Amino acid sequence: MPFASAARAAGREFISNPVAPMFSPEIVATAVLNGLLTGAVYALVALGLTLVYGVLHIINFAHGALLTAAMFAVLVLKLWLGLDPYVAMVPLVPLFFIIGYALQRFVIGPASHGNDANILLVTLGLSILIENLLLAIFRSDTRTIDVPYAFMSIDLDFALLALPRVIAFGVSVVVAAALWALLALTDTGKAIRAVAKEKLGAALVGIDVAHVYAVTFGLGTACLAVAACLLMPTFYVSPRAGGAFVFVAFTIVVLGGMGSIPGALIGGLFIGVVESLSGLYFGESLGQIGIFAIFIAILLFRPTGLFGARA
Amino acid sequence: MAETSPLLAVTGLVAGYGGAPILRGIDLSVEPGEIVAVLGANGVGKTTLNKVLSGVLTPSAGEIRFDGERIDGAAAPAIVAAGLVHVPEGRKIFPDLDVHENLELGSYRRARANRAANLARVYDIFPRLAERRRQRAGTLSGGEQQMLAIGRGLMAEPKLLILDEPSLGLSPLLVEQMFTLIRRINTDGLTIMLVEQNVVQSLEIAGRAFVMENGRFVMAGAARDLAADPQLEKAYLGL
Ligand SMILES: Nc1ncnc2c1ncn2[C@@H]1O[C@H](COP(=O)(O)OP(=O)(O)OP(=O)(O)O)[C@@H](O)[C@H]1O
Ligand SMILES: [Mg+2]
Repeated sequence: MPFASAARAAGREFISNPVAPMFSPEIVATAVLNGLLTGAVYALVALGLTLVYGVLHIINFAHGALLTAAMFAVLVLKLWLGLDPYVAMVPLVPLFFIIGYALQRFVIGPASHGNDANILLVTLGLSILIENLLLAIFRSDTRTIDVPYAFMSIDLDFALLALPRVIAFGVSVVVAAALWALLALTDTGKAIRAVAKEKLGAALVGIDVAHVYAVTFGLGTACLAVAACLLMPTFYVSPRAGGAFVFVAFTIVVLGGMGSIPGALIGGLFIGVVESLSGLYFGESLGQIGIFAIFIAILLFRPTGLFGARA
Repeated sequence: MAETSPLLAVTGLVAGYGGAPILRGIDLSVEPGEIVAVLGANGVGKTTLNKVLSGVLTPSAGEIRFDGERIDGAAAPAIVAAGLVHVPEGRKIFPDLDVHENLELGSYRRARANRAANLARVYDIFPRLAERRRQRAGTLSGGEQQMLAIGRGLMAEPKLLILDEPSLGLSPLLVEQMFTLIRRINTDGLTIMLVEQNVVQSLEIAGRAFVMENGRFVMAGAARDLAADPQLEKAYLGL
């Protein structure tokens, strides 16, 4: 559903064929490449979800609505200030970090009273609130922005890749690497990993657990701001636009193992390719069937995911 | 010792978990440089006292002074920053982090500038940890985890180190080594409050001791005197 791909368009004439169509290696390779490009952005959305799950042990139901809000923020900055979506990362990533931090520190945390079921309901309530606010302000119309490079592409001889999506891939991989480095190398990152498994031990070395929770939530939300800036040059936004991504992201989180950062990255790329190939072979409208099938299969055969060790 | 001001002074401390109070009027002092043993049967409230002292549990009454400052009601990070470090019962190390990272986080709030020197010192005290510095802490043996928990506590350069049952679950030989070690770090200048079930060995290395029963101290005094007191066994066994 999310991206339209050149490869799928190229294969469209075969769709009515009831037998599985044969494609030239170039078309399949292009589909795989496009899948990787899409998958990297999926991975970014999944990273935020899996990070929050891994540390706070909750599924953040507001993730989709926050992504939508970030996409509208990109739209508004473009329409009002003429700000390019990529430049919009500069104000929006810190802003969404702060929004996420504040939501966890002053709304979700205090409202949950330490009860996970409450947290679930609070994030669900937040998502409804955000969606309806966006609906009230922007109506349910689908909107896009115009950027001069929207239809530029990179020619690889055998494949033509849309420039904005190549940029999205590059930035997503850099952000994932930066997040990994933060978690592995800095004191803040180590504190996040410490709190994930051992709250009391963390408090006893002087880690402010509520602060670390909020930082984690802020990082997850900041990932969404990056994703929104990468998506808007080629994608549309409506008050429900984020939902489609979060369904895919949730599949990735389950596939990669709940809470696993490398799992989210590799799972995202994998799901991107699956979507692209099943779009190629089964038709664009059925592109997500492959994802759904994988989701069910993981739940049946490997509920801990490919990288998940946790019970 | 009486003329120096105590490092830790607790008066009239009351605390619990919402129901009836567990600690029902605790008075305690720890002088700089000494080892104080806190003894008592299971479930009398020793760990609860440690939790209150380290700020993870808020007392409902009483006063705690550490290094001259009131710390009752202060949050755990502020208490660590002040130099009171609690190595908890059950170790509470970070299982997904490796040994080295666990130690690094020991200086998250305090003594961060001296991290490198303190890492070297902890590895010197516990060569076993140095051998395993890249091993995930969750896969360490029980004894190694206890060393890691103490090492992590030392990383903050504490003024007072509270050890909650450091010998729990260790083999007799390791218990012996653990007590030798505690005496050694005390001789190096560290003040220690030792909560233990190993009464005899604790009284051997402690200067003074307190015996808790039902959330109150029922005996207190020089460790040597307590060791010789027939009342001790009675109080300890709750007879
Ligand atoms: N989180 C808690 N909620 C409710 N009650 C608790 C909690 N933690 C401890 N208690 C109760 O408080 C009492 C004192 O427990 P505490 O852990 O302080 O004992 P202890 O003296 O350390 O015992 P042990 O020697 O077995 O470690 C016990 O009755 C225990 O059940
Ligand atoms: Mg205890």
